[in-house]
Order: sequence, then structure tokens, then C-alpha cells
Amino acid sequence: MTSVLEDRSTIAPVHIDGEPERVRRIREQAAERFNTLGWPTTRSEDWKYTSLTSLTNIDWKSDQRQPDGEDPASPFGDQPVAELMFVNGALHANRSALANEHPGIRVMPIGEAMDLESFQQHFARYADYEKHALAALNTAMWQDGAYIEIAPGTQVEGFIHLLYFGGGTAEHPVISHYRNLIVAGRGSQITVVESFYGRGIYFTNTVTEIVAGDGAVIDHYKFEDESLDAFHIGTVQIHQERSSSVTSRTIATGGGLVRNVINAALTGEGASLSMEGLFVLSGKQHVDNHTVIDHVAPHCDSVELFKGILDENARGIFDGRIIVEPDAVKTNSRQTNKNLLLSETAIIDSKPSLEIHNDDVKCNHGSTIGQLDEEALFYLRARGIGAEEARNLLVYAFASEIVERMKVDAVRENAGRALFARMPKRMERRSESR
Amino acid sequence: MLEINNLHAGIDGKEILKGLTLKIGTGEVHAIMGPNGSGKSTLANVLAGRPKYQATSGTVTYQGKDLLALPAEERAREGVFLAMQYPVEIPGVNNIYFLKAALNAVRKHQGLEELDAMEFLQLAREKMKLVELDEAFMSRSVNEGFSGGEKKRNEIFQMAVLDPKLAILDETDSGLDIDALRIVAQGVNALRSEKHSVLVITHYQRLLKYLVPDFVHVLADGRIVKSGGKELAEELEQKGYEWIEEEVAAAR
Repeated sequence: MTSVLEDRSTIAPVHIDGEPERVRRIREQAAERFNTLGWPTTRSEDWKYTSLTSLTNIDWKSDQRQPDGEDPASPFGDQPVAELMFVNGALHANRSALANEHPGIRVMPIGEAMDLESFQQHFARYADYEKHALAALNTAMWQDGAYIEIAPGTQVEGFIHLLYFGGGTAEHPVISHYRNLIVAGRGSQITVVESFYGRGIYFTNTVTEIVAGDGAVIDHYKFEDESLDAFHIGTVQIHQERSSSVTSRTIATGGGLVRNVINAALTGEGASLSMEGLFVLSGKQHVDNHTVIDHVAPHCDSVELFKGILDENARGIFDGRIIVEPDAVKTNSRQTNKNLLLSETAIIDSKPSLEIHNDDVKCNHGSTIGQLDEEALFYLRARGIGAEEARNLLVYAFASEIVERMKVDAVRENAGRALFARMPKRMERRSESR
Repeated sequence: MLEINNLHAGIDGKEILKGLTLKIGTGEVHAIMGPNGSGKSTLANVLAGRPKYQATSGTVTYQGKDLLALPAEERAREGVFLAMQYPVEIPGVNNIYFLKAALNAVRKHQGLEELDAMEFLQLAREKMKLVELDEAFMSRSVNEGFSGGEKKRNEIFQMAVLDPKLAILDETDSGLDIDALRIVAQGVNALRSEKHSVLVITHYQRLLKYLVPDFVHVLADGRIVKSGGKELAEELEQKGYEWIEEEVAAAR
């Protein structure tokens, strides 16, 4: 057990057994970078809506023991083709042997992948630790995570599941840094689901780099259903080559303070990206979504849709930027953020933006903030459906645009469950307050 | 079935119904006709419990109960159905899921066993035929992308499934072509029985050709000013509403 941030602002990099020289060097550079940058403050434009004071005031400990209480369990049972389960920063269970029998599939803890060619080619090339303090912190400190590599032409049926469970207490708050690399070779196809759960006070800092080779098809899902006292800062960094197709979905229902960074670079002609997000918040939850889609190559499409549902004193942020580089002609891009406010005290800050550096593009963006439709509410009630159920139906309907598009049945059902699990609580609180 | 006594009601503090009295017996079909602004839709919405509408005085007794004291969903569960003038589109709420939830809420309240998915589908299919709705509508979101006529037929379809004791049709005929009008009337006629009462609110007489009422009332300036049999509707069609307004003015 070590205190990770000795004076809470400077770090020394972590090293793990068998680390190649390049990884050592990157960690040292990243640590140095973090020590120079320091924790982000609300003075920086990127962080103006989210203060990390409550996080930096805590003396986080790294402790890979399993937290007290029930064993973490996967919501998917034995449905994933492979599953890695991590607890408080370390591998807890590895159910990938069967999948690894396929010559085109590699699923393993990242520490075991460091000598692989693909790892060396891609690791830490995309998530920018020069500019971003939390990415630097992760790059210097990661202890474990997943490595997934799909060989060219390999189509993986079903999905690979990465589960992360955190647990800590006020006396013993636990920090975990996970590092993942997903590499899909030319013409391959893969679905990866990451889900985050936990109990009590802990901090998850995670970086997932995703590389889509020529013509690769990747579906990436990230479910954040962390404890309401947990901190979660996550970066998903997507790198797309020619004609690749990536769908990224980030579903935040849990977490006390969450910062989602989702970035994609479309670097090969004809690549397409669908980036979707849903955040369903109540109480004092704070979720900050920060996305950058960088159109580097010509003839690429991107569609971004983030939806927020906010109740009570929750605060949500959507800060999305689309950059169209000078060479990225014939870019087709659409960015939308829609929000549903269920209370008068919930707050949403929506900041869609386009930055276009050539004039042969089709781009649009927009954002809406609204309340539940009173007419629809009455319509449902006038047919006999109770007021609370009608409200929940409409809230779910708002979310369904994202949920119903999830292709894998088990994943879609899990998303539905996560949403409904949050809704009745809201109902109980309402009736108590009457 | 329904007894409205000296009802005053309105919206945003503006009085629209100014002492309306009406009695509907079990098994009867009543039509309320009247010019625009006479309070027809206000009556429908007050009876269904739309929140914006407030009754300021008078009473509405439905099957011995104080209807105005019940929230909208309770009224529906007690068997009051309003076919809306402007059915709202609800993206993301599946038609069949919604209607099954509604029917089971009503059945539960009435002490009947809830229907399972198969039983419900069977019932829904049967009722869809009645209003000549394609089954594909069931899998779509409530009213989303429906044409005006489809929305009205969907109202009548819902009514057929929910089997209300008192059905209120708020200008269901507006915006319908002759075929849709016939289908709507067919749906309502199928509901007619000695146990069901219907209140048809309309501006025009044309629906009443297919859906022949037992009683016709004329609503003007928030009050029933004239009542009669089905021939009153024909008279109104020929002469318009002006003569009624003149009669009322003369009587004051």
C-alpha cells in the first residue's frame, strides 16, 4: 500500500516487471509532464466547468486488494467471448483462454503484451500526455489493463468484456489507473464493452487507445455505473485508418464526479465514426463530457449524438469540438447534443463547436435543452398510466434513441437495466418529498 | 352514467364554461355541437382531467363519484376515455408497449386479471381490423409520423382496446376524409351497447350521419342552449349556428 501522490501534486512513475525500455521512457516523460502541468484547474478553458478540488483534497492510496463486501460480478454472465475483470487496479479474473485459441484473437492483460510488435507500434501514440495532465498521470502510473488485438480479416462474433471494479472508504480511498490498447487489423471486426462498477470512495483513471486499421469495424461501449461517491476520469482515444468504421458509446449512469474525454482522429480516407453518449444523472452527480473529432483525411463521415437526462441538483456538461483539417475535403459531419432537465435545479452546459479549415464540407451542429413534454405526459395518463410511470416512460423514451441502437442484445438490455435502476430511486425520493 | 351540474370551468383564469348542465344516461349517445369558441374542447378536457383546465364551480358526477376530484389516470381507470382532437406524437414510446401498459393499468384497477403479451396481441389484432389499421403501426412509436387520419384511427383503436364506459370524442371528425370518417364511426358504433355511453363533440354534422346520436345539444358561450333529437343536428347543418345565437340573445 503506497500513497500515490506524496504531496498530491508530484508523482514518480510506476514500473512493472519486464517493462521494455520504450515504456520506461514514456512513463518517465509522462510523469515529468504531469509534474509540470499539475492538476487542471477551472482557469483552463478545457476544465472551466469542472473543479477537481474535491478530488485533489483526498489522499489517494493505491491498494490492489479486493474491497470488503460482496464479490464483484459481471452483468453479462458467460455471454462475452472473453472477459477480463480488474479490481482496484489489478487483474482479478481472466476468462480469455477459449477466445485466445483462435489464431486471430489476442486478449490479455496489457503487462503480458509489451513485447508484441503491435503493442510497440501503437502504445501511447494517440492519447496525448504532452497536453493532458490526466492522460499523463495515467501513462506514468498504470499498473494493469487490457490488450486486445484482432488479426487482419478476423471477425469476432459476440463481444469482449472488460470489467473494472473499485472500492474504498473515506479512511481508505483507493486510486486505480487502467491502461488499455485495442488494435483491430485490416478488415477485422470486434465489439468491446468496458464497464465500471464499485463501492464507496475510489478514483478510477483510465485510458483506452483504439486503433482501427484499414476497413476495420469496431464497436466500443463504455458503461460507467460507478458508486455515487466515486471519481472517474476516462479517456477514449480513437485512431481511424482508411475506410474503417467505429462506433463509440459512452453511457454514464453512476459516479459522483465523472470526466469523459472521447477523442477520435479520422486519418484515412473514407473512415466513418459514430460517437454517442448518454448521461443520466441525479443527486449531486457531475458528469463532464469532452469530445474532439478530428477530420484529418478527406471523404470521412462523423455523426455525434450526446443526450443528457438531469434531475435534482445534477450537473452535466457537453463540450464537443469537431475539427476539419485543411486537407479533409468532402467531410460530412453532424454534431448534436440534446438534454432533458427534470428539475429546476439541474444544470447543463452545452458547448458544441465546429472548427472548419476548408470550404468543401457539409457540417452542422446543434443543441437543445428541454423539459418533459406536458402534452405527452397527459396523453399517457389519460389512458390510465400513473403519473410516475408516465414520467419514467418518457424519460426512457428520450434515452431510447441511444439505447435501441445498441446492436448486441445483452448490451442493450444491460443499458436498459442500468437506466431503469436509476429511475425508481428518483420516484421514491419524489414521493418522500411530498 | 354522467351528470354535469352548473359547471363553470376555464383555462388560465379565463372562464369558458359558464354553467353547463348535462345528463348522459347509460347506453346513450349524445352529441354536443357548437360554433368555435363555444367551449366544446374545454368540456372534453375538463372531463378528462387535463391539468391546465380548472373547474371553478359546479359538479360532475360519474357513476356516483366526484369525477373532478380524480387525477386523469384514475378517471381513465374508472372507464372514461377521451379521443383527443390533437393526439400527441411520443417518439421512443412503442405503441404496443404503451397500450398494453394502459390496458393492464385499467384492468388491474377494475379487479380484472392483467393480460399477458399473447393475450394482448390477440385482442389488439382483432381491434385493429375494426379500424382498418395496419399491424405495422403497432411497432412504431405512439403517433410518430402518423398522418392526421391515422392518428384519429389510432385514438379509436385505443378506445376499442380499453373498452371504456364513457367515451368522449373531441372533434374526432376534424380533418378526416370520407373513408376515415366511416372507419371512425364504425369503431364507435362497435362500442355502442346498453352499457356504454358516448359523448361526441363536433362542429359539423357529417360524422353524425354514420354515428347517429340519441340526443343532440347545442353549446354556445359555455352553456347548453338547446337540446333535441338527431334532427337538431340536421337543422344546424342547414341553418348554421347563427339562428341559435340569435334565439339565445333574444331570450336574455
